Amino acid sequence: MAILDYTLEELHERLVNGELSSVQIIEAVYDKIDETEANVGAFLALNKEEALKHARMVDENGIDPNNILSGLPIGIKDNIVTKGLTTTAASKMLEDFVPVYDATVVEKLAKAGMVSIGKLNMDEFAMGGSTENSAFKVTRNPWDLSKVPGGSSGGSAAAVAAGQVPVSLGSDTGGSIREPAAFTGIVGMKPTYGRVSRYGLIAFGSSLDQIGPFSRTVKDNALVLNAISGYDQRDSTSYKGETPDFTDGIEKGVKGMRIGVPKEYFNEDAKEKGIVDSVRAALKKYEELGAEIVEVSLPHSKYGIPAYYIIASSEASSNLQRFDGIRYGYRADNVNSLEELYVKSRSEGFGLEVKRRIMLGTFSLSAGFYDAHFKKAAQARTLIRQDFEKVFEEVDFLVAPTTTTTAFDIGGKIEDPLAMYMADILTVPVNLAGVPSVSIPCGFSNNMPVGMQLIGKHFDEQTLYRAAYAYEQATDFHKQRPNFKGGK
Amino acid sequence: MAINEETVKHVAKLAKLEFKEEDIHDFTEEIDKIIQMVEQLEDLDTQGVEGTFHGITHHSVVRKDESKLEIDREELFKNVKTKQDGFIKVPAIMDNGESGA
Repeated sequence: MAILDYTLEELHERLVNGELSSVQIIEAVYDKIDETEANVGAFLALNKEEALKHARMVDENGIDPNNILSGLPIGIKDNIVTKGLTTTAASKMLEDFVPVYDATVVEKLAKAGMVSIGKLNMDEFAMGGSTENSAFKVTRNPWDLSKVPGGSSGGSAAAVAAGQVPVSLGSDTGGSIREPAAFTGIVGMKPTYGRVSRYGLIAFGSSLDQIGPFSRTVKDNALVLNAISGYDQRDSTSYKGETPDFTDGIEKGVKGMRIGVPKEYFNEDAKEKGIVDSVRAALKKYEELGAEIVEVSLPHSKYGIPAYYIIASSEASSNLQRFDGIRYGYRADNVNSLEELYVKSRSEGFGLEVKRRIMLGTFSLSAGFYDAHFKKAAQARTLIRQDFEKVFEEVDFLVAPTTTTTAFDIGGKIEDPLAMYMADILTVPVNLAGVPSVSIPCGFSNNMPVGMQLIGKHFDEQTLYRAAYAYEQATDFHKQRPNFKGGK
Repeated sequence: MAINEETVKHVAKLAKLEFKEEDIHDFTEEIDKIIQMVEQLEDLDTQGVEGTFHGITHHSVVRKDESKLEIDREELFKNVKTKQDGFIKVPAIMDNGESGA
């Protein structure tokens, strides 16, 4: 077995018994990136020198058998700030921006001893579902290089699916972890809002954004969430309650659990048949494992997309006001006044999709439209949240497809923003409600991976990991690997 | 049409963005379709429903109001494009009637 086929636990065992050193693992990562990156295009910046220095230090200090992540590699989405390492959010606006501090999650990973490999491509400012909105490069799906990896965390997903890194961090505002995880056949967790500090995450929709892990296995995912969760006084929305060990009881199975199947997530005519079939087969598997399947209803689901695009865009229009060309970021040349400096810097620095969202958000918040747009969307959000609260009185978690289609062709939707927005229909309600959801691989349709999402109660990621693990152990979708050129 | 070219220009001004004159027409059509989509919310009865404006239902956590130096001033200036005497240098403000004086 190659070094990078191992799980985090398997790598850790080999570090402890001396079979591998951290330097060997980190070198294997960069070798793999050298070999595959021309095809995959996942990374915007590499941190090789620092990473090897860090690995040598871990090896010299000796591996702590109780610190399972020490000396192991991780990739970071490029909207998470890293001190001294260029952080662009895939925008021309931040092309040369070098942060002067680390995000809390980056600090926490460093404390756990993880080695930061580099920064991963994404849709500009996390706006998009295909990573095609990156100002810098195209990221390809390792399962079929002519297809998108999903987005906005497309680089984070492609890097893990291609076997460049065992785990990575992404962010999810309306599906940006779960959709790329589904498209690339891996595990992606959007934790409960407040579970992970957003300090140092370049803000998009502040009431929706959450950072979460990508991995090939469920347990690896839980191990990374363990490391990044917890209260942070620098994020006033972070959760003060306890952080459990997310691997605790992960092997307990689903016997006796009640699984809700929201009918609105299955009744779409527009859904790819292979996806519905795969998820229905997974539900059968859960039944065999002793769970009870109950049909439930989330009646306000169809208002998720309009409510989400108003709220996320409104928050974005406010958050992105900070990019004014003054203190950092792109600054336009040949301007004669301060006003012109603002307008030109923003108009030249932002890409088209970002401008669309700023315009929609500004419109929704403007005089005369606030009540019909922003206020109405906030009320719809309440109804959507209440839908979830109501069904969770009866069931332990929900199962649904993550996406309506498998990964689409590069260039296939980029000219049609509305079609791109509608593709988020199954993921945005979760962000509006603030509940956790993990997407795991559950089959193939048209030779591309299919993802199903498990949706849980607020702060009950543990049940999701337990149920995801039970399914994973009973199937072998997580063991399948893409066979792309430069891959195996 | 839910929105016209005049409104697009007005909103762009509020957002401190500008679009090329030749692009305004197409952009207006595109944003109009998006606005019509979000206006599906009109069908939803929300009478008496409180809005949700935050991601959390637990209390917002406020830290103690104590000053402390987390990031050095010099560090913060590293990403500034033009500076002079410890200040950020920008184009003239007073010359074009923006001073409000």
